[in-house]
Amino acid sequence: MSANEYYTDGDPVADTKAPAGPISERWEQRRFSGRLVNPSNRRKLRVIVVGTGLAGASAAATLGELGYRVSNYCFQDSPRRAHSIAAQGGINAAKNYRNDGDSVHRLFYDTVKGGDFRSRESNVHRLAEVSTEIIDQCVAQGVPFAREYGGLLDNRSFGGAQVSRTFYARGQTGQQLLLGAYQALERQVAAGTVELHTRHEMLELVVVDGRARGIVVRDLVTGETTTEIADAVVLATGGYGNVFFLSTNAKGCNVTASWRAHRQGAYFANPCYTQIHPTCIPQSGDHQSKLTLMSESLRNDGRVWVPTERGDERAPGDIPEAERDYYLERRYPAFGNLVPRDIASRAAKAVCDEGRGVGPGGLGVYLDFADAIARLGEDAVKARYGNLFDMYERITGENPYERPMRIYPAVHYTMGGLWVDYDLQSNIPGLFVTGEANFSDHGANRLGASALMQGLSDGYFVLPNTISDYLADGPFEAVADDHEAVAAARASVNERVEFFLNNDGDRTVDSFHRELGKIMWEYCGMERTDEGLRKAIGLIRDLKDEFYERVKVPGTGAELNQQLEKAGRVADFFELGELMCIDALHRAESCGGHFRAESQTEDGEARRDDERFSYVAAWEFAGEAPVLHKEDLEFEYVKPTQRSYK
Amino acid sequence: MKLKLRIWRQPNPEAKGKMVSYVLDDVSEDASFLEMLDVLNEQLIADGEDPVAFDHDCREGICGACSLVIDGQPHGPQAATTTCQLHMRKFRDGDIIDIEPWRAGAFPVVKDLVVDRTAFDRIIAAGGYISAPTGTAPDAHAAPIPKQDADAAFSAAACIGCGACVAACPNGSGMLFMAAKVTHLGLMPQCQPERATRVLGMVAEHDAAGFGGCTNTGECASACPKEIGLDVIGRLNRDFRKAAARAA
Repeated sequence: MSANEYYTDGDPVADTKAPAGPISERWEQRRFSGRLVNPSNRRKLRVIVVGTGLAGASAAATLGELGYRVSNYCFQDSPRRAHSIAAQGGINAAKNYRNDGDSVHRLFYDTVKGGDFRSRESNVHRLAEVSTEIIDQCVAQGVPFAREYGGLLDNRSFGGAQVSRTFYARGQTGQQLLLGAYQALERQVAAGTVELHTRHEMLELVVVDGRARGIVVRDLVTGETTTEIADAVVLATGGYGNVFFLSTNAKGCNVTASWRAHRQGAYFANPCYTQIHPTCIPQSGDHQSKLTLMSESLRNDGRVWVPTERGDERAPGDIPEAERDYYLERRYPAFGNLVPRDIASRAAKAVCDEGRGVGPGGLGVYLDFADAIARLGEDAVKARYGNLFDMYERITGENPYERPMRIYPAVHYTMGGLWVDYDLQSNIPGLFVTGEANFSDHGANRLGASALMQGLSDGYFVLPNTISDYLADGPFEAVADDHEAVAAARASVNERVEFFLNNDGDRTVDSFHRELGKIMWEYCGMERTDEGLRKAIGLIRDLKDEFYERVKVPGTGAELNQQLEKAGRVADFFELGELMCIDALHRAESCGGHFRAESQTEDGEARRDDERFSYVAAWEFAGEAPVLHKEDLEFEYVKPTQRSYK
Repeated sequence: MKLKLRIWRQPNPEAKGKMVSYVLDDVSEDASFLEMLDVLNEQLIADGEDPVAFDHDCREGICGACSLVIDGQPHGPQAATTTCQLHMRKFRDGDIIDIEPWRAGAFPVVKDLVVDRTAFDRIIAAGGYISAPTGTAPDAHAAPIPKQDADAAFSAAACIGCGACVAACPNGSGMLFMAAKVTHLGLMPQCQPERATRVLGMVAEHDAAGFGGCTNTGECASACPKEIGLDVIGRLNRDFRKAAARAA
């Protein structure tokens, strides 16, 4: 029985590829049970990889090295620009180089707990196992990780972890890891195993006889749409945080590839799980186009506070110690400023809602380095965070050595994504999904330095090993360009393009996107309520109708047309936004990045409801009312407990 | 603040471009340079005109997509700052600002301020990598690297591939970009086996792509938003001479 009128219940869904047996043997067992493809047959098999971020470039390069024929697509002008490039902090690995008690099992345990018991144990254990190989691989590629004077790799503790397992390259870890993958990819381009198509955007998935067989892409320079056929399709197209308009994502990040696949039958899992990062630079005005993240590592030395009294407009330096509320240290004495992201974000919202926020609109809290500078000296602070302080000053015009930073939470990562089994295959045979685009490893909340780990784990080590079990049945029958399914996919793309170009509207795409983002942030952001979500669904539907009536897209379809690109993406965000609200509404518990005001303890902490909600919500597209398929989660190794950081 | 913008408009690669003037009446000094262009585009669309095409993505100075020549300087007047991180408080009310695309033979204009930089990808494909197929790696601690080498490699690896160096160079040379990669990889012990073939391959591709030669003007390094220094070019030249002599 569905819990509300917005959806209907379907049959449960199961991960049929997950091996049984002791958890530490499952990955090895699956690699053995999965079928292989003879090296001489690999060159007869074509695989499409969409996306060139960590999960896409690593998969495309590795599949090329194995001898498959790979076609790799990205909408950017170069594969090196994918948004993985912007990750700052680091990448976790259970190397235990510090001898501080880390192990594969501990990383597994921390990740399951950090995900608030909403991820699959088998997947997370595999991730922890593979983590050590990733570091080896990246070092072999020449990734310049931070090192100590002895020449060995440096590690730091990150995001509240009690062990130092995070490898990093100054504040540019994502950049360096992505360049490693990009260089491996370009090597395969030169070797002729990978064909690269930049400035191409996937606009439709082609499904023939129940199998994913190709994509429709638009050449963003000429506007030409073509159909590309292959034996399997891999989506590595990232997350959907830009549904909020303002987020830390790059401007081009979008859900279109995933959403088109969803409309073709792929289940979308846990869309309401979004991660709000606590340390971003607050919005400065209506012109704001994105939000900039300040690395979480700043909380290692910065102290978070707001004035004790509401409406205190004095400059921070004029507020005496006794009139400051270091609210994280007060509420969470054990973890203090290092509580997990969701908790730090919600606490910031709470003090701002009380009217104690600072800066424009009262939407900010202070992150103060005065104590750290007094204790360590300005030079030491500069050595640790200099580039971040410079970036802050460039954006705000304020000097954080003299005046505390102002920070506010912003949407940063989306844990939800297309549903996949243990092999990273969606419920459409032949459609695989890697990295942030799938839902699989982070549960309801991702730990710091785990996104890079997952992207590379999927792309270098998991997918190349699991996809062979599917490809062993190939090559599949040739699909003619005039095949019914191909023609239909291409026609739907062309119709959409024509619609936007011919619509007699008067409002820009961005104006709708901003308005959608405001609805999502207000009602499906850090705190969600039954009433608010119902209201949001109505608002989104009304705005979507207005969008189709009034949106104005200038130019033609036969040229570089950035407004046209945006229009298609925003159209898909409308549908996704509605599904996110429906998912958030049905999940009447608080867990990880999903906080339902009705489900909290007396002192305002999240209350999970394992009795009713220990499952993955996998949604099937069915027009207005989606169908819910539940995948039950079982915990054999890490027993669910309420998280406590007091 | 009120601004007059003069922007390069060119509908396609074949068309002849020209500078077109626009006036913006109310620009916030807290806006970034690209947000200022967003405001202009919203205005142009409302007026039924074609918005200005420009490349951008992360808007936090790391993806390397943004690529504007502002008042004659790639990425504009602020040192060590990409266009997307440049903010309007660096300009004054009443300023006239010229905005042009990267101009270089190897970077043809696609539309307006958007250029084709795929030549950089081809240079990387010609040797800017280490051959380490997935699964072949030894333990990460197998080869310690002195901290100063690792730090120097990192500084060179900080290149974001934006192409400002090429746009700034009177010869349209891609030497700084190429030398940054050669330096990054050349400092790593695991990169030595391919050191000679790498530099020969990359230089050949660089020249074939239509980039000019280096005459040590140093404009590239002063335009580089990541402050990559001219010393990397010295390193590239040494590696190249050695490799070429051995190959001869």
